[in-house]
Amino acid sequence: MKKISFLTFTLLAVLMVIQISCSKNIEGRTDKLAALSPANIDLEAGKWKLVLLSRPDSFAVAAPAAITLPGYIGELNEVKGLQFNMTSVQKDNIRYWSAGSVLRWNETMRDLVAKHNLPPYQNEDGTYPIPNSANPFNYPQFPFSNPPFAARAYAYVSAAQYDALVACWYYKKLYNRAAPYKVDSTINANSIMINKTDLPSYPSEQAVLAGVTAELMKAFFPTEIAEINQKVDEAKTATMASGACTRSDWTAGESLGRQIASVFSGRGRGDNTSKAVGTQVQWDSLATACSAKGETPWISLEIPHRNPMLPFFGNVKPFLFDSLTVVNVLRPGPPPSTGSDQMKKETQEVADYVKNPTRENIDLVHFWADGAGTYTPPGHWDAIAAEDFILQNYSEVRWARNMALLNMSLMDAAIVCWNTKYFYFNPRPTQMDPSIKTITGIPNFPSYISGHSTFSGAAAEILGHIIPSRAADYNQMASDASLSRIVGGLHYRSDCSVGLETGKKVGDYAIKRAMTDGAE
Amino acid sequence: MKKFCKKITRFACLAGFLMMLSKTSSAQTDQDAIMMSKHYFCGGAMYGYSGWKNYWEGTLKRENLNLGTGSTQMIGVMGNYGIKNNLNVLFNLPYMKTKASAGTLHGLKGIQDLSVWVKWMPYSRSVGKGTLSLFGLGGVSFPASDYTPDFLPLSIGLHSTNVSARVMADYELGKFFATASGTYTYRNNIKIDRNSYYTTELHLTNEVEMPDVASFNFRTGYRSGHLIAEAFVNNNTTLGGFDIRRNDMPFASNKMNATTVGAGFKYTLKNIHQLAFVGNGTYVVAGRNTGQATSVSAGVFYAFNVTGSNKKDSKK
Repeated sequence: MKKISFLTFTLLAVLMVIQISCSKNIEGRTDKLAALSPANIDLEAGKWKLVLLSRPDSFAVAAPAAITLPGYIGELNEVKGLQFNMTSVQKDNIRYWSAGSVLRWNETMRDLVAKHNLPPYQNEDGTYPIPNSANPFNYPQFPFSNPPFAARAYAYVSAAQYDALVACWYYKKLYNRAAPYKVDSTINANSIMINKTDLPSYPSEQAVLAGVTAELMKAFFPTEIAEINQKVDEAKTATMASGACTRSDWTAGESLGRQIASVFSGRGRGDNTSKAVGTQVQWDSLATACSAKGETPWISLEIPHRNPMLPFFGNVKPFLFDSLTVVNVLRPGPPPSTGSDQMKKETQEVADYVKNPTRENIDLVHFWADGAGTYTPPGHWDAIAAEDFILQNYSEVRWARNMALLNMSLMDAAIVCWNTKYFYFNPRPTQMDPSIKTITGIPNFPSYISGHSTFSGAAAEILGHIIPSRAADYNQMASDASLSRIVGGLHYRSDCSVGLETGKKVGDYAIKRAMTDGAE
Repeated sequence: MKKFCKKITRFACLAGFLMMLSKTSSAQTDQDAIMMSKHYFCGGAMYGYSGWKNYWEGTLKRENLNLGTGSTQMIGVMGNYGIKNNLNVLFNLPYMKTKASAGTLHGLKGIQDLSVWVKWMPYSRSVGKGTLSLFGLGGVSFPASDYTPDFLPLSIGLHSTNVSARVMADYELGKFFATASGTYTYRNNIKIDRNSYYTTELHLTNEVEMPDVASFNFRTGYRSGHLIAEAFVNNNTTLGGFDIRRNDMPFASNKMNATTVGAGFKYTLKNIHQLAFVGNGTYVVAGRNTGQATSVSAGVFYAFNVTGSNKKDSKK
């Protein structure tokens, strides 16, 4: 029995060594970032061109009390109290937010999109339930954050953040109240986890962002309100404890942000999204219109057939141009006829790719798939952009401006793409040739034009303008994303090439805006 | 009893949607109490089929019309060598091919994981009217090809490198036996093709934390020189991991649990006693984030003395 206990001991020892030597903790690429360190505080950003607001002072912010008054001294003491005996959790919280609030809220958006991006399970009778924002906790929970939903949510949040920060910067310059770390030497000595700048602190930009973002997020993700409120509290405590703002800086900022959010929610209620789902009669009429042209209409390849994903999203009001431009200028001409030799040839090309997929192609397809349960292709481009923006040392307002340009491009790309998809109602390769098995799930909407290609074309175009040194890389990524849909069995080559071109045209509208918004 | 090619297979990973190829099959020496004699090598090949129509999405049992029946076919080569009478080394290398009978998803195929076990029997004595033997086993398995683990349920494996430690006890009374074992498997983190994924939160990395696995196995039956017939039950529990969300696809770091029952036999020919046939079937009776698989497998094994002398064999 000695041998047995020796054996047991040895096994346990081996396991312990393994456990200790191979920590399984994984680290995300943005878990440990340095504090945001703007190369330029963009003090004049209050003059930049707004998206929806007519003026930066559309919403009044009262002048702050003088820093010599007892009320302000009390606020400084509150900051000192927060800095006193900080726990490691509180320090981690400061470090987390110090990397930048636009970044962190964008990551939170991506998290929520991925969490809610799951198609509803069918009813007993083979129909599918539609998530209902009036009853969001009932299965299927609202929302189903599919790519068009996500593109629109990212765009509204980013555009609202941008307008809110322009207003914030306007008041910062107007009132010019110095940050607590500039006013008080004790706070200055304890503000060690953030970069100190000369940017005035009233109203707090972190507070404006928390207010505007939380207010919109609650509408997009109504089941997450408790978590969103918690996040606002964490941002508030972190920003005050960092020495960057006092309670009055925060309160004024959060209130300004929430008011500006209401302008964007108002637009959202009237932008035609409420009519994007449609009815059975409308769905049937899409197929009828396609057949009338002598083409084979798209059918859902899911079992049971699922109603098409947001077929009237193409009528949603874009940010960068008007709806007539979608139809008259940006919507491309038709795909090859379903009966044509060209279509046969393109179907065969897809079939050849998926017959024996190479490991390299599986990698490409999965890297860009961004399907159910992910943050979607727009989220993927947000991640690409954010990780590059981190290296650029932007101010928060410039971060917001660049994310807004990107996300307005992505939403408008979704609108043009969806408009095109349902106008032509073109079948997927697998519908034309059922032997085509795909390397990732087939999205439940028509083929022409490729959503991935349209999103990627638009994103690469505007990002290449924002960071010209990376333009070639962005174009390569867009080509990869586009190609992944052909080799994965999801799209014909013409879906992808026309999608990329169309996306680039959308991105060009964002570039036009960028060149005249006062930030360059 | 210790002479012949004893049962070897281990055709799959520890848990989950690959459970259909569970390691509970009858012909496998890393879970039975049979040792190859010194200098004997037993090698063979097995074919297995496993299929499931229902699976557990978390704790909810469901079917999926867009997958139909998920199936895996396996061809494996395996072997067992007696370094000493009480110390054996075993290996197994399977080739797998997956398919979904409905829907549009593409099946995958390829060489899965190479596993190597060392099996040691430090104790074997008469206790009461029977014989009690105690064993310690250590195993490693690692991916033998660059397959993707991120296309479940159609991936051929989970692509983790595993280190396992097992303790086992066997009691033999006449021609009847009972064997019980417990295993702890450490699994290293894996990398996937994507650089972002959602579990219970969003991860911005291509690395996936793989929870460890505990498993228990009990088998009992008839064991003689030419015939082994046994029934068994096996339980795998993933120590951590998360549930598949409603109507989501499975993921490599899910909490994949399964309780499997099965039966198997091994028959050694009386006139060509180097040659043995094995067959077995298993069924998953309870699970979580795993397919309710029914699996069958069959194989043929050949044993010989690598020093060229087959005297021991000839005595039966």
